[in-house]
Amino acid sequence: MPLDNPSANTRKYKLVGTRPDRQDGFDKVTGRAKFGADAVAPGQLAGSILRSPHAHARIRSIDTSKAEKLAGVKAVVTRADFPDKTAGDSGLFDILTNIMARDKALYEGHAVAAVAAVSPAVAKQALKLIKVDYEVLPHVTDVDEAMKPTAPVLHPKLFTEGLAEKPKKPSNIARRYEFGHGDVEAGFAKADIIVERSFKTEATHQGYIEPHACLANVSPDGSGELWVCTQGHFMVRDYCARLLGLEISKLRVTASEIGGGFGGKTTVFLEPVALALSRKANRPVKLVMSRDEVFKCTGPTSSASIDVKIGVTKDGLITAADATLRYQGGAFPGSPAEFGAMSAFAQYHLDNVRTIAYDVVTNRPKQAAYRAPGAPMANFAVESMIEELAHKLGMAPIDFRIKNAAREGTRSSYGPVYGPIGLLATLEEARKHPHFKAPLGPNQGRGMAAGFWFNFGGQSCVSLNIPVDGTVTISVGSPDIGGSRASMCLMTAEELGIPYEHVRAIIADTSSLGYNDVTDGSRTTFATGMACILAARDAIKKLCQRAARMWGIPEEAVTWEKGYAKPAGANAGNFPPLSLKEIAAASGGTGGPIAGHHEYSADGAGVSFATHICDVEVDPETGATRIVRYTVLQDAGKAVHPSYVEGQFQGGAVQGIGWALNEEYVYGKDGRLQNAGFLDYRIPVCSDLPMIDTKILEIPNPGHPYGVRGVGETSIVPPLAAVANAVSNAVGVRMTELPISPPRLLKALDTVSLAKAS
Amino acid sequence: MSGIHVTTKINGDEVQFVCEADESLLDVLRNRLGLTGAKEGCGTGDCGACSVTVDGRLTCSCLVLGAEVDGHDIGTIEGMAMGDELHPLQKKFIEHAALQCGICTPGFLVAAKALLDHNPEPTETEIRFGLAGNLCRCTGYDKIVRAVQAAAEEMNSAKKIQQKVA
Amino acid sequence: MRYESPTSFKAAAELLSKEKGQAFILAGGTDLLVRMRTGFIEPDLVVDIKRIGGSREIKKTESGFKIGAAVSGAELGEHKALKKAWPGVVEAANLIGSKQVQGRCTMAGNLCNASPAADSVPALVAAGAKAVIVGPKGKRKVAVEEIPTGPGKTSLKKGEIVESIILPKRAPKSGDAYLRFIPRSEMDIAVVGVGVNVTLDAKGIVTKARVALGAVAPTVRLVPAAAKALIGTKMEDAALDKLAEACAAACSPIDDKRGTREFRIKVAGVLARRAAIIARQRAGGK
Repeated sequence: MPLDNPSANTRKYKLVGTRPDRQDGFDKVTGRAKFGADAVAPGQLAGSILRSPHAHARIRSIDTSKAEKLAGVKAVVTRADFPDKTAGDSGLFDILTNIMARDKALYEGHAVAAVAAVSPAVAKQALKLIKVDYEVLPHVTDVDEAMKPTAPVLHPKLFTEGLAEKPKKPSNIARRYEFGHGDVEAGFAKADIIVERSFKTEATHQGYIEPHACLANVSPDGSGELWVCTQGHFMVRDYCARLLGLEISKLRVTASEIGGGFGGKTTVFLEPVALALSRKANRPVKLVMSRDEVFKCTGPTSSASIDVKIGVTKDGLITAADATLRYQGGAFPGSPAEFGAMSAFAQYHLDNVRTIAYDVVTNRPKQAAYRAPGAPMANFAVESMIEELAHKLGMAPIDFRIKNAAREGTRSSYGPVYGPIGLLATLEEARKHPHFKAPLGPNQGRGMAAGFWFNFGGQSCVSLNIPVDGTVTISVGSPDIGGSRASMCLMTAEELGIPYEHVRAIIADTSSLGYNDVTDGSRTTFATGMACILAARDAIKKLCQRAARMWGIPEEAVTWEKGYAKPAGANAGNFPPLSLKEIAAASGGTGGPIAGHHEYSADGAGVSFATHICDVEVDPETGATRIVRYTVLQDAGKAVHPSYVEGQFQGGAVQGIGWALNEEYVYGKDGRLQNAGFLDYRIPVCSDLPMIDTKILEIPNPGHPYGVRGVGETSIVPPLAAVANAVSNAVGVRMTELPISPPRLLKALDTVSLAKAS
Repeated sequence: MSGIHVTTKINGDEVQFVCEADESLLDVLRNRLGLTGAKEGCGTGDCGACSVTVDGRLTCSCLVLGAEVDGHDIGTIEGMAMGDELHPLQKKFIEHAALQCGICTPGFLVAAKALLDHNPEPTETEIRFGLAGNLCRCTGYDKIVRAVQAAAEEMNSAKKIQQKVA
Repeated sequence: MRYESPTSFKAAAELLSKEKGQAFILAGGTDLLVRMRTGFIEPDLVVDIKRIGGSREIKKTESGFKIGAAVSGAELGEHKALKKAWPGVVEAANLIGSKQVQGRCTMAGNLCNASPAADSVPALVAAGAKAVIVGPKGKRKVAVEEIPTGPGKTSLKKGEIVESIILPKRAPKSGDAYLRFIPRSEMDIAVVGVGVNVTLDAKGIVTKARVALGAVAPTVRLVPAAAKALIGTKMEDAALDKLAEACAAACSPIDDKRGTREFRIKVAGVLARRAAIIARQRAGGK
């Protein structure tokens, strides 16, 4: 879209780029902020969900009669209470089947029934009285196993899409994808060195500290309210209304403060169940997940199995790159295999490239987006190979990357041609960084990786209101997960030319604003932020109209400058500038309240690149790895609130470190999750880490008036490979499976020393 | 089941409540007393989001029975600010962007205060191990550690000034 | 469920022995409440022993230390004399959980939960600690290693409670150490734990040793062969090799979510060496 700020490069900002206190900070440091589980409604009931203990089982029957008779039980729901209203929308039908099992339980933890009762204790007791007759079926949880023709088939109606011919038999392969350009075979023919390897990564969970929670209240007339922690309350509203046959406009959803999401709160789990219970009981119903439920029943990301083949000339030019990616996304189609395939080689300039991806279903919980979904595992495989090739070529890995880096004008591996991008800038900056030259101690190794993420724009709707005292409220529809309200206020104040403190942002409910897409795809500061800027411009137009009216001159004769309406020139008349505050104070007499609006679907989210450098120290006797030093260099386009940009860099890096070293879903032979808690699902703790150094680069995005690019997701893409490369460089063994847990690393070290000995 | 009557002090105020024998202190605080600043992240003592102090000693309120605290002093996040004046830790957490989503923040603040009460000049390593029982998934801990360092510094210099004046 | 907080061990023992349903003792609660919360147990009676006089006291006695059953990890860590005498035991107890858990968790609870991976137990076993048990039939004293009999199982009879843990007086030229392996730097359950306690003579030769392993067998294991490998040596490399071998040989671990069998066996030897060296230093050896 055409934007009227071609000078994003040179524009001087008064507020954007500063680090004021966030306005919701006070509530969050005093315990006053209300999160998902913090709401209460008069007369509320406690909900609880019965879940399948089996990884795969046919549900022959469900007998709820005893539970219904228990004193204090007000409603029981099962599949019978969720008739199919999805009208052939298979994605929606999968969501319906995921929130309440139908003919089969497809994973351990799959919801089978739910109860609302006067207390949590009664609800729990009622669950024990529900009799479910299961016929246990063979299960599969590993992606490679699930693709075998002998694997138990989850869905008898699932036929692989994306093949030239429709297969004759159903399988667990939901879809095949292919991307690329050039001629890969011809490219390999030109190569002097070809390296080929296979990699595996385990599923990891987003690990937000706040379990899913909601409070539903539906009246017999079909109107309802829902309080919920989610990344997108409009999405929740639309899904719930469609699944339950409610009118969308009658369901008002309010987003609570949200205790982390990272992609995991971009769909519904509890919400339709809570609404169904509330409708049946005619009472408010609160449903809160336990941590165990969060791990077993909400989306982790995919586990993956990836083959990579890269060919290079002796002087270090990549001639061909080829990868096959297999991602299991749990019990339903929709793993981010496609994004993995699209992003795998996105950081390189390649004449011949091909990626093939398979979306596979298994008896695991349905995956949900996790920060740059699909990209980190693909990046781990590719950047590990790049490191290995650099060693084979005798080139410094950073020089090899710079030589082959994508730049403006490069045709990306997934199709589009890049505009101005920041990859080379991050690589060059990395090479100059003191971290890169710092000496390493014994048993230490340094690794690096470069990563990519698309970023997303999408639908946003913003309302801006100016009360008579000249302060400003912006109502946005994007839940604020990491401080985005501060960025919205900064951009709005910048545009209006008023102090940051005069602007307040709220997350409006679904009945107060038009549709807003989910807070995902690193879209909020970019797209909703741009909507704030454009809503401010709309308000400025109206402020100028009012000034014109106050002065008695034509509207066109008024301009807006740094918070003041001014006559456009000498011909317009000689009037002292009117401040926003003055115009607002007079608004009652000049035409009533002043407001600005903007609603649109934003394009032009600039792609994002980052380079990470990691030093580790390995204990060769135990296989323990410690992160010694870590640096993130990333292009932010324009950092609106640099502290929160750094925070995104640091948080993503640490999630990636966890993924690389210790986080994994561990399944038993029975297909049950062995580590559904924070004790054994080991996310990094404070003492595991050093400070995470950051360097913000600003290569403006031409698609945003201030040059902003999304920053939230890219930071989780390079760490897997950066850590793995550092470990491999420390111990001389290439680690091709994640996590690089101590037992796995020690075994690899033993294998090598045995090989050396013989 | 008959309820258990408990008399306790919370943030300096005498509080009485009736709870079931198997109810945790966290459930009592949140569901009976409306003190929802302590959060339940796990219910098993692994995340620290429900941190409180009992007689000045840091603990997870999910690992304490409500019935146990009769006659004891409880400190929660709601009692950390002095009237309208935020505690230096609270101020520094905001200033240093030490929170993103904010769900872990009350627990971190209670734990950080307990740490500084016990060790006013902690090293970075001591801060990191002192806060290892509090999980944060947003920040990577960097800004949290810096905020605690800054608060410690401010509190210590304020103390030194006070000592000089005295 | 009923909650009782008696003021004497005798009363506590009586409550426990009279209860017909499932009865549990509540000291720190850091394990009990987790098991209640996850539905693993549904107690009919919980007996809180923290209001019993002496249960929260550390007493220095003629013959060593008497540690009340409800003394928390944090309190152990703050007791200077105990820390000086038994640094290995205190550091082991201080490794249990987070600072929050330290505010509550107890060694007696750690012992009676009978987890093979309990951190304080290998150190207590290496130290030669004893547990004082109060029951309906009076008091008895047993070596701590006699209490756990298998994962989650103890030799305690119905109505019996560990009242205190007794640590002997620190012998001259002796020292102890505990090391564990965990994947992270904190907050994990031991994948392997090793407690070592040694006494040296004037020349620095080991005259007495006790070595105990955690998380490598159904119960914490005292390994006499490992002690034997050290006794009569100055802990030269050859002796430490033998120690590591003896420890590895004493392991009968399982593969689980926390580590593989082979990993545990290998790391048991590695940690035994490292812990032995620390214990020697603390005993005044070089």
